[in-house]
Formats: sequence, structure tokens, C-alpha cells
Amino acid sequence: MVNPEAVLSSRNVSLWYGETRALNQVSMDIPERQVTAIIGPSGCGKSTYLKTINRMTELNSSVKIDGLIQFRTKPVQHYDVVELRRRVGMVFQKPNPFPKSIYDNVVFGLRLLGRRRKSELDRIAEMSLRRAALWDEVKDRLRDSAMGLSGGQQQRLCIARALAVGPEVLLMDEPCSALDPVATAKIEDLIFELKQEYTIVVVTHNMQQAARISDRTAFFLTASLIEYDQTKRIFENPRDKRTEDYITGRFG
Amino acid sequence: MKSVHHGFHWTAAKDRLIAVLLLLVALLTVVFLMLILGFLITRSFPALKEVGLWEFLAGSRWMPSSRTPGYGASRMIYGSFMVAAGALALPVPWGLAIAIYISELAPKPVREVLKPALETLAIFPSVVLGFVGLVLLAPWIARVFDLAHGLTALTGVIMLSIMALPTIVSIAEDAIGSVPQEYREASYALGANKMETILQVVIPAARSGITASIMLGFGRAIGETMTLLMVAGNALSLPVTRVWGVPIPDFLRSVRTLTATIAIEGLDVPWGSLHYHALFVIGTILFTFTFVINLLTDWVLHRWRVED
Repeated sequence: MVNPEAVLSSRNVSLWYGETRALNQVSMDIPERQVTAIIGPSGCGKSTYLKTINRMTELNSSVKIDGLIQFRTKPVQHYDVVELRRRVGMVFQKPNPFPKSIYDNVVFGLRLLGRRRKSELDRIAEMSLRRAALWDEVKDRLRDSAMGLSGGQQQRLCIARALAVGPEVLLMDEPCSALDPVATAKIEDLIFELKQEYTIVVVTHNMQQAARISDRTAFFLTASLIEYDQTKRIFENPRDKRTEDYITGRFG
Repeated sequence: MKSVHHGFHWTAAKDRLIAVLLLLVALLTVVFLMLILGFLITRSFPALKEVGLWEFLAGSRWMPSSRTPGYGASRMIYGSFMVAAGALALPVPWGLAIAIYISELAPKPVREVLKPALETLAIFPSVVLGFVGLVLLAPWIARVFDLAHGLTALTGVIMLSIMALPTIVSIAEDAIGSVPQEYREASYALGANKMETILQVVIPAARSGITASIMLGFGRAIGETMTLLMVAGNALSLPVTRVWGVPIPDFLRSVRTLTATIAIEGLDVPWGSLHYHALFVIGTILFTFTFVINLLTDWVLHRWRVED
């Protein structure tokens, strides 16, 4: 029933916020070490879908979920939530570093896991910042407040913070929507680099971005998954009329 | 806005008139403040000239109506600080616990009862609280600690704590509540649980506001008069106990504060006497303390806003 090749699989996932249905019978398989983009108009359920994967939807007590979401070998509900969120990292729409130093931001998750040895923290902090393409810009001011960084740097810091705990999957919820074009290009390059090692799911309202960075694209509309295929196919030869209307800008 | 055609100039003139009136009212406040401050200082001056500031701050003999008068206010200064320090030690952890509970943990119905209830505590007249302390708390303290009477520094501290609590809770809760939701989300997404998020993300992010809440609570406690006057006994002895020769504050003894001194002696002091001017010196000392505390609070609050 679940595709063994997939890192993440969902089957008939439905979700309600109180009485409002935000996801309707969504089934999709997300392959390893690829970038999967989720596109669709505002309120289509794409961000909600992303948050069901690392169980961030549980923070809202009015949410009800039905269906199966499997990560690797077992359903996400069967994981200890700390382990799940360590292995499935998340980057948010608005860069949200803590009002702490750059260093303390990067090692935050490690400290939660009880890692205290300075040499180990230093090593992982440097590695994570390098992977997030931020090391050269901040290596001389790791003790400075993260709030002094530019928006793009803050977002890369948030990526480094997520990478530091050694995830396998990165969920990115419109990671560039608060950034200028130059910072956006840097994040896009970074996503391209990171997919060598990580499975990336990125929600975006920017169709050009989805076309540029993703291997596969899912199109959501009014809580349902309309079409999910190779990105090239979605943009060049969609099967569904609604997908075609959306990517050609007839609505949205 | 309504009379666009005919009233345009009139509206502009009216706006300016209102602005000027408001400016005058605002200026008047400043003028009154300056007058009071000037009055305080000029009335203190004869006593300062006669006795000397050092005698007020360091002397320990307060006997203004004696034939050989003494004007040492150090015991009252000590008493004020001791009571205020106690009124920090008790309500700060208590108030912060309530603030964290209200903003982060309480279910909505509980929060909606608890916060207004606490804020109501702030509007109780202090004389009413003082009376409650006098007839309920003081006898209880006397019984528990086996004292001749319960009019002690501890009684005062407990009553002041109850009064400072709403200030601390209300401002700390605002500070905690204004920590952006994004920080909490980021923390949860990194695998933190609720307690870790509160202790390692929310509280540090709100620390300036929490500091301000503590300082404002302290300001409230050090300026409070009536409650202490009623429950703290007002004895002029130095409330210390020697433990192995080291004097430590003794909260089970009666204490007299700067504010209580003015309240007690201000009513029947002969006008224009040295004693009269000495009370103004006490007032000036008190004003200086509260002014410095407020200044520090402002500075902390300002830093808090800049950081956001």
C-alpha cells in the first residue's frame, strides 16, 4: 500500500480545523533526496499538509486528522515527537531566529538533546553554518545577536539551526516569501545543494520558484491534491485542466 | 470631514485649537510637577543647611522633638529598603509563576477569570488591605512565631507582596504574551517540549519586560505608606539580629519606613520648625529613590522595545 521507495507517504489524509476541512483525502509519496514542491493558491491546504508531517498541527487543539502519514518505516504518530522533529526539520515562512546569539541559535536543538561538550557543539555549529552557506559571513561574529543579521542571513541561520540536529527531511514553508530577490536566489541555490543529502519538501506560492528548484511538484486546490508529477510534466503538460489554469495564471 | 465645502478652514482652525489646548494641559502637568519638586527641595533646604545631608543619610538617632534633637534617618532608610527587598523576594517568584501560568499554560476559561481577578486586587484601597492585615494577618503572625504582637516587617512584606503582585503579574504577562508566536513554533519544530520552550525561549525573549515588571513592583512597594503604617509597627529600633556577631535583617521585628515617618509626624509638626523641614528632607530622599527606580525601569523598557 505504501511505496517503499518513498521517505514520506500519505494515504487519504484529511484534516479539519474545528468544522472547516483543510485537507481532503490527500495521498502522495515523497521520494528521497529530491526537492518536492507544493504549489497552490492561498488557503489550499499546502502549508497545513506540510505541518501534518512533523505533527506541528498538534499544537492547535481544534485540529482533527484522519488517514495515514508514514515516515520511513512507521506512521508519524508512532514516533516520539522529539525524534520525529529531529529527523524532520522545518524552516518557516518568516525567518524566526531566537533573540540569542548566532551560535546559541545553531546549537539550540543540540542542547535540547542534552549535548553539552563544547568541542562537539563548535564542530557541529561550523558544519551546519557551512552547509547553510552562512559560515563565511558570520564566522567572526558568532557571539553577536542573530537579530542583527539581514533577512536572508536569518533564514539561512534558521536552515543551519534545523540542519544541526541531523535531520533527514527538511520541510520549508514558503522560505523565500519574506526575502528580496538576491536573498531568494541564495536560498534557492542552497536548496539545490542540500538535496544531495536531504529530502526537501518546499511549499511555495511562487510557480517560477517551483519550476526552478523542484524535481516533483504537487498542486493543491481547495484542500485537495489535484495533480502530482514530475515538475517538468506539471509545467509543460499538466493532465488536469485546473492545474493548467493555475500555472498559466488564470486564477490564484 | 462632514462639512467639506464650507467648513474646511474652520476644521483646520479647530484642529489647531484642540492641539494647542492639549499642549497647554500637558505643559501644566509638567509645571505642577516642577513646582512640587521645587517646593520639596526649597523646604528641605533649611534643614539640610542646619543638620547636613550626611547626618540625615548616616545618622541613626531620629529624635526631632527632643531638647537635643537628632535627625539621623538611616534606620528609616534601612527599614524602607528592607521591606522593599522583602517585597521583591516574595512576590517576584510568585508573580512570575502566575504570569507564566496565565500566558502559557492556563486554559482559556481559567485565564479569563484569573487575570481580571488579579487586576482587581490592584484597585483595593491600601487602607482596606492594611486593615485586613492588622486584624487577620498580624495576630496570626504573632501566634505562629510566638511574638508579643504581630506588627512586624514580615507582616508588612506579606501585605506589600499582595499589593505588588498585580503589577508584576500584569506587566510580566504582557511581556511574555508579546513574545512572537514564531519563536515558539521554531522551538517546537526543533523538538522542544512546552517547558523547554517556556524556559529557554519565551522567558529569555521576555526578560527585559519581566525586569521592568519587577522594578515597577519594587517602586510600588517602596512608595507604599498606608499598609505599612498599619501593620509594620513603626518602631524606631534597628530591626536586626546578630548571628555570630553579624547583623542580619530581622523580619520578625517592628520596622519604620521613610513613608511612615512622614505620615506619622507630618500631621502635628510645628510649621516652619526644623522638624518640619527635616520631614521634607525625608520626602526628598524618598523621591530620589523612586525617581531612580523609575528611570532605570524606563531605560530597561526602552531597551526592550529597541530589541524587538
